[in-house]
Parts: sequence; structure tokens; C-alpha cells
Amino acid sequence: MKNRAKLLAYPYAVWMAIFIVVPLLLVFVISITEGNVRDLGSLKLSTKSYAKFFDPMYMSIIWRSFYLAFISTAICLVLGYPVAYIIAKEKVSRRNGLLMFFLVPIWMNFLLRTYAWMTLLSKNGIINKFLGIFGIEPLNLMPSTGAVVMGMVYNFLPFMVLPIYTVLTKIDKSVVEAAMDLGAGKVGVFLKVIFPLSIPGVFSGITMVYMPAVSTFVISKLLGGGKELLIGNLIEQQFTVQGDWHFGSALSIILMVIILISMLFMPGNDTEEGGASMW
Amino acid sequence: MVGKFLQKVYLSIIFIFLYAPIVVLVVFSFNDSKSRGRWGGFTLKWYADLLKSSEIRSALYYTILVAALAAIIATIAGTFAAIGIYNMGLFGKKVMLNINYLPVLNPDIVTGIALMLLFVSMKMQLGFITMLISHITFNIPYVILSVMPKLKQMNKHLPEAALDLGATPFYTLRKVIIPEIMPGIITGAMMAFTLSIDDFVISFFTTGSGVSNLSIVIYSMARKGIKPSINALSSIMFVSVILLLILINKRQSKGAESNIEKIR
Repeated sequence: MKNRAKLLAYPYAVWMAIFIVVPLLLVFVISITEGNVRDLGSLKLSTKSYAKFFDPMYMSIIWRSFYLAFISTAICLVLGYPVAYIIAKEKVSRRNGLLMFFLVPIWMNFLLRTYAWMTLLSKNGIINKFLGIFGIEPLNLMPSTGAVVMGMVYNFLPFMVLPIYTVLTKIDKSVVEAAMDLGAGKVGVFLKVIFPLSIPGVFSGITMVYMPAVSTFVISKLLGGGKELLIGNLIEQQFTVQGDWHFGSALSIILMVIILISMLFMPGNDTEEGGASMW
Repeated sequence: MVGKFLQKVYLSIIFIFLYAPIVVLVVFSFNDSKSRGRWGGFTLKWYADLLKSSEIRSALYYTILVAALAAIIATIAGTFAAIGIYNMGLFGKKVMLNINYLPVLNPDIVTGIALMLLFVSMKMQLGFITMLISHITFNIPYVILSVMPKLKQMNKHLPEAALDLGATPFYTLRKVIIPEIMPGIITGAMMAFTLSIDDFVISFFTTGSGVSNLSIVIYSMARKGIKPSINALSSIMFVSVILLLILINKRQSKGAESNIEKIR
């Protein structure tokens, strides 16, 4: 049985080779060559694309992407941890309802939600109209860096709350009771027992927010008005406007490598569990 | 007491933050004025417009068609692949699962351009087929990741017992293994469908020649100003999703109750 059942994996092994491994190898090959991409035989080795990356202009864009993603992840953690904690403390019957209420917005198209923020934040938008009632001059809320960070926090906050919530609900209640019996105060129990036990959830939340935030090009384009370039926009432009596929590929490889390196510093990330608990 | 009150206030503020844009969208789908800053009175004309606009109709058609096909194919392929991987040796299992994890870990934009480069270098015309293949490719890993834990939870001796009692391998698969891992399969299928219906980045790079899904249409409209009929469409879709979720929730809690009764 075991030997024959194993055969079921082979078709997918072939599929993975063609549609996962080969495409990534292609990105790598194209990043280290120059010439016409549509004719693979004519490509010549070149380090031009990687040399371009050291241009101060591009370096500053890449640095900015990681910086903005870092800021948004930090805000998500600060806003999201209390949410997870408050919901996890509720009675089981109320808990599920609250969690669902929290997750429902994800079900609306992500581009539309971002677009709705444009309606709220723009110069003639609802927030400025509202402020106008009190005689406040219209503010320049968008396009701006702040709007981009807000868009990231808005879109990715649930991915921070979910894994933390899952870990918090799994904490053994008797451990908390034991700490209290031994004389720990509320703050002590949180700092010395609950928070350390929730660290795995925090780490997987951080990865689940940081990764999409660092590679997004939609949020920065819509809420940053084309002035707030991030590495994602840079990659997208190479493929849609500039036509420099070699540089676009090199940027993708750099993005992948930096993400992989940062993952190495994340002990025990459990994206598997966080994703599955959505259901 | 004060603490409880503060917690409620905090949760409410977060919920307002999350729901504000959605309320705006739904309200403006009834707005009788094309500009999105002004209220021009109540109307249902954008809902009527939906039926007329061929651009939106075709986008909706492709969105649902691709999501349904990709989810079905990925669920079947992913379930079989998971069973196969589960029965592999330690080394093979590790290699397969790590490669399977790549599309989950990689940013969407990298997956998107990688697939586009493959299609272009194979001289395939970008369009419906390439988009469908891409969606299947990023869906299968999620199906495998949700089926795998169920396989691990399954009693290993169960399929062996079936085989000892004379069931053919296929019969064992159909009557023992699949029913055991069904919750994982359903979770995987639902995840695949929703990921696919909401996908923008990967579709954006792998489609072409007039085939667009809703996300792509919204993206191209966003900077000129979105037609209010898109607001109408998403309000309908949003309400149907909520209804579906409530139904599933009701069914699940009912199921849980009857299970408890059975145990008693």
C-alpha cells in the first residue's frame, strides 16, 4: 500500500517542477543575463542588472520599502495584540462571533477596500468634508507616506491578530491559575506567563504582515499617488512600462533573498496554523 | 469595571476603522451622483447598470469561472498529492513539502512574474489558460497544507485494517481515507476558492488578450474613478458572503451540538 500510494505524489512532483521550480530558475537566469528574453538562446551573461541595483536612487527605494513595511508591522503588532487578547479572554460563545466580525472585512475585494480609503482621504473626501463642518481647512491626507502606511495597517491587521489569537486561546488556563496562586499580580501574570507563551503567535503574525507589506505595489500606487515608490512598484514598472525584464528579475531575486534571510531570524513560524484557523 | 469599559471602547474603535471603508462603499452604491465626494440622493440605477455593462459582466464571469475551476482542480490534485507525499520516505517528503511551500512563502509579485516569464519563454499566448494554470499552481499548496494535518491525525492502522479485511487500495482510499480527511479537503477547497476570487497580483501578470478578472478591472478603473456599479456589485458580493458565513456558522454550531449529544 505504502509503496503504491506514494505514486500519487509523482504527477504533482512534475507539476511543481514545471510551474514552481523552472519559473524561479528562469527569474534567476534572466537576472544574470542581458539580451532578448523571448529568445533564451541569445542571452549573454551580464552583471549589469545587479550593478544597477547599487544606484543610490534604487537603494533608497529598497531601503524605504523595508522601512515602511517595518513601521506598518510594528503598528499592526501594537494595535493587534490587544485585540487578540481581548477577544481571546471572552467567553467561547462570544469569542467566535467577535472573531468573525473582525474577519468579515477580508471578504471584500482588497482593491476595493483600498479604493474606498481614497474616497475617505482625498482632498474632497469625506474626512475633509467632515472637518470642514468645524471650519478646519482641508488637509492633504493623500497621497502621502502616512496614507500608504495606513493602507498597509488596514489591509494586514487581521493577519497579525489571527495567529496571536490562536496561540492565546491555546494557553493552558491552569498555568495562569498556578501563577496567580503563587502570588503573581495581573501585570506579572501577563508579562511573565501569557506574553512569553504567545511569542510564537507574535512571530508568525509579524511574518504574515511584513511579507505582503514589503512587496506590495497596489497600496503604494493607489494611496501614494505614484510618488511613493516601493520595491514592488519598481518591479512592476520594469515589466509593464520600462520593459527591462532583466532588472525586474534581479530586483525580485533580491527581494526573495532578503525575505528568506529575515525568515531565518524568525524562530518557529507557524503560518500553516494561522492560515488554517481562519476557518 | 473601568478596564472592561476601556476594552469595549478600544474594540469599537478598531471595528470602526475596519468597517468605515466598507460602509462608504455600500452607501455610495446607492448614490445618485457620479462623483464620489457628493451625495446626490438615493438611487438603484447602478444596480440596474450592472446588468448592462459588458466589461463588468465579463470580468465577473472570468473571476468566478477561474476561481471555480482552479479550486476544483487544485482540491482534487492537492488531495491526491497530499496522500502521496504522506506515504513517501522521510527525504522525499521533506523535499516535496519544502518546494510546495515556496509559493506560500514567496511574495505574490515574484510568483506572478516567474510564471509570466515561463509562459512567455514557452511562447504561450497570455490569457485564460495561463491565468487558470497560475491559479491552480498557487492554490494546490494551500490544499496540501490543510489536508496534511488531517492525514497525520488519522489512525495509521485504519487503512491497513481495511486492506487486511480485503478492501482494494482504491476502495480503501474512497471509503476510509477520504472520509477521514474530509474536513481538511473542504477547508482547502474553500481557501483555494477565496484566494483565487480575491487574487490580483498573480492574475495581473499572467493574463492578457482581453481576459480580466474583477480585481484587474477595479485596478485599472481606480485612478480614473471607479464606476459606481462596481460598488453595487461588491455590495451584492459582500452581502452574499456574509449570508454564506452565517449559514456555515449555524450549521457548524448545530453539528457540534449534535456531536456532543451523540457522545452523551
